Amino acid sequence: MISAIRFFTQFLSSAATISLQLGKSAMKYIDEYRDERIAKALAREIAECITRPWVLMEICGGQTHTIMRYGLDELLPSQIELVHGPGCPVCVTPLETIDKAIALALRPDVTLVSYGDMLRVPGSNSDLFRAKAQGADVRLAYSPLEAVKIARANPDRKIVFLAIGFETTAPANAMTAWQAKREGLTNFSMLVSHVLVPPAIRALLASRENRVQGFIAPGHVCTVMGYQEYESLVREFAVPIVVGGFEPVDILEAVLMLVKQLECGKAQVENQYVRSVTYPGNQPAQEIMKKVFEIADQKWRGIGVIPRSGLRLRAEYATYDANKNFDLELISADEPAECISAQVLQGLRKPTDCPAFAIRCTPENPLGAPMVSAEGACAAYYHYRRHAVAS
Amino acid sequence: MLDTEKTIAQISCPAPLPARDTVLLGHGSGGKLSADLVRDVFLPAFRNPALSRLDDQAVVDINGSRIAVTTDSFVVKPLFFPGGDIGSLAVHGTVNDLAMGGAQPLFLTAAFIIEEGLPMEVLCRVVSSLQQAADASGVQVVTGDTKVVEKGSADGVFINTTGIGLIPEGVEMSPSQARPGDRILLSGPIGEHGIAILAQREGLEFESRVESDSAALHTLVGEMLKVTRAIRCMRDPTRGGLSSALNEIAGQSRVGIELEERAILVREEVKGACEMLGLDPLYVANEGKLIAIVEASVAEEVLGAMQNHPHGRQAKMIGTVTEKNVGLVTMRTPLGTTRVVDMLAGDQLPRIC
Repeated sequence: MISAIRFFTQFLSSAATISLQLGKSAMKYIDEYRDERIAKALAREIAECITRPWVLMEICGGQTHTIMRYGLDELLPSQIELVHGPGCPVCVTPLETIDKAIALALRPDVTLVSYGDMLRVPGSNSDLFRAKAQGADVRLAYSPLEAVKIARANPDRKIVFLAIGFETTAPANAMTAWQAKREGLTNFSMLVSHVLVPPAIRALLASRENRVQGFIAPGHVCTVMGYQEYESLVREFAVPIVVGGFEPVDILEAVLMLVKQLECGKAQVENQYVRSVTYPGNQPAQEIMKKVFEIADQKWRGIGVIPRSGLRLRAEYATYDANKNFDLELISADEPAECISAQVLQGLRKPTDCPAFAIRCTPENPLGAPMVSAEGACAAYYHYRRHAVAS
Repeated sequence: MLDTEKTIAQISCPAPLPARDTVLLGHGSGGKLSADLVRDVFLPAFRNPALSRLDDQAVVDINGSRIAVTTDSFVVKPLFFPGGDIGSLAVHGTVNDLAMGGAQPLFLTAAFIIEEGLPMEVLCRVVSSLQQAADASGVQVVTGDTKVVEKGSADGVFINTTGIGLIPEGVEMSPSQARPGDRILLSGPIGEHGIAILAQREGLEFESRVESDSAALHTLVGEMLKVTRAIRCMRDPTRGGLSSALNEIAGQSRVGIELEERAILVREEVKGACEMLGLDPLYVANEGKLIAIVEASVAEEVLGAMQNHPHGRQAKMIGTVTEKNVGLVTMRTPLGTTRVVDMLAGDQLPRIC
């Protein structure tokens, strides 16, 4: 989800300028992970060691997009079925959070600051782009700290930051609340909807309908959190989990590591994404998260409430909770029975199993969030694989 | 615990939003929403043969001369950016729209909508840049208009330019003329204008500065037409990038387009910025690049002519027109697999993470 370089820039971007070293050297860690020979050699090795069918799930939407964009499923032997997980932060943000954000944005005294891809996600009746067209002050931010900067520069306006995401965005979002408190800002709030990966995997594994036999854990979440959290899942459910990166070679290597474990009956946590992930993770990032947030039950769009699967602001930061600072009326949603995003997000069905896919549900007129977000599984199929569907 | 039966019955998806009742920013993105707007609002109102071709320029016949006419409005923010400014862009954009029809650009009009309070010095710099670009392109600004609007009703200055040019005999280019077997040529690396603007707007700094590729392409087109007048079609992939331009050609010509990802050049700095921002260079705007669809037999020769011109030094053959996958643009990835290169609905949005 979030690359290491972006993670750092989010921390470093309190100044007006983000300075990046993006010369030739920076791409060094990308091109070799898209190398045809290495990718094909890995695919061959997978084919050589597989003896029976396995269902594997990549958790993160970024990984789903790599699979679709590079056609990795075409390279893999037919015994491997890749199903797509709930790791799209935009897709699992509850409808009422989006409705609340829109209601806040439409208030004349509020400036709503959001990550870019939340703007097109449909709420019950509108989306943030439409709210903007109606005159709402909606700003798109690359770093949450920009919201603090806007609050500082506009003391007469109420600035609300839509703080969503997984463990990847949580440290930077926590940093934002911490910075606001340090500066004593009184015109800043956060509408928080944070989700955590391990409880979601637990919920999927505990479901009666679960088919997933091995997981590719999200590399960027693990860059922050490390991977000790997965040990108990592996023990309890006897399912292998491999922390994977986001480039084609990363995904193929993670699949190979899972297949090797499955074929010999092992269930361990392994780390494929060693260039970014360490066992304990990023300690300062975890500390700032703990300082600002506490674990809470969390609703996931399309899935429902999963116990202890989210983050909320701690009592010391309650003055920055938009839910407390504004009278936010809860609006319940009218949902089309046709959308199967619940099953898609749990890996039970593929986007192409949906009768509305690419017909009544498209990125311009989405029935559900997975068709909207840059990380949504339905959008990945729509953008990259329609020729396969058509033929 | 997850109660799947219950949650499937209570799927948390929104109702589809009602029909588009408001103009959104996405309607100006050059993607599908823009195409919808043209199809549903403008075409029914103004329908005529010249407009219905939906080319970058209209071609009208006046006493046996084929005149190309085009108009474009420039609302770029910031007004000055690495590699150009709104003044030079207003010339290059319109000159290129004429050139993509094979026309020799001759005259421009320039209309300025100025926001009250704009420093006179800024306006003078813009006008001077526009004049220099027009001189360099060999076009004259023969008429213009000025309006000043209240503060907040515009953003600094908006410019509209209309261009008039003459199409030489035997030149007949249109996005509806691509045929299976044709080759697709691209004049250089993509994404520079969009990234230069974004970097300037968002205060992103790179080790080496990304400059806009803004340039007038009519002399490049002239060199290509010297090889053969039978070039099927040209497009400058501006808003919506390479992907939108090729999707439009695939749609209008009712053919498929198959690209080779390796052949599409992207400068390292642009690639790095796109990786970081979660953008795909295929959708990022260019202001000094062109795509040409040419018959296979002359493709190499046209490519050679492009590579001999300063604006086409890095020209490449990037793909082929196919019979299959009508209306779709597909791309062979470096891994040898194939994917669709879709047209975006609206603007590309930076990803959350």
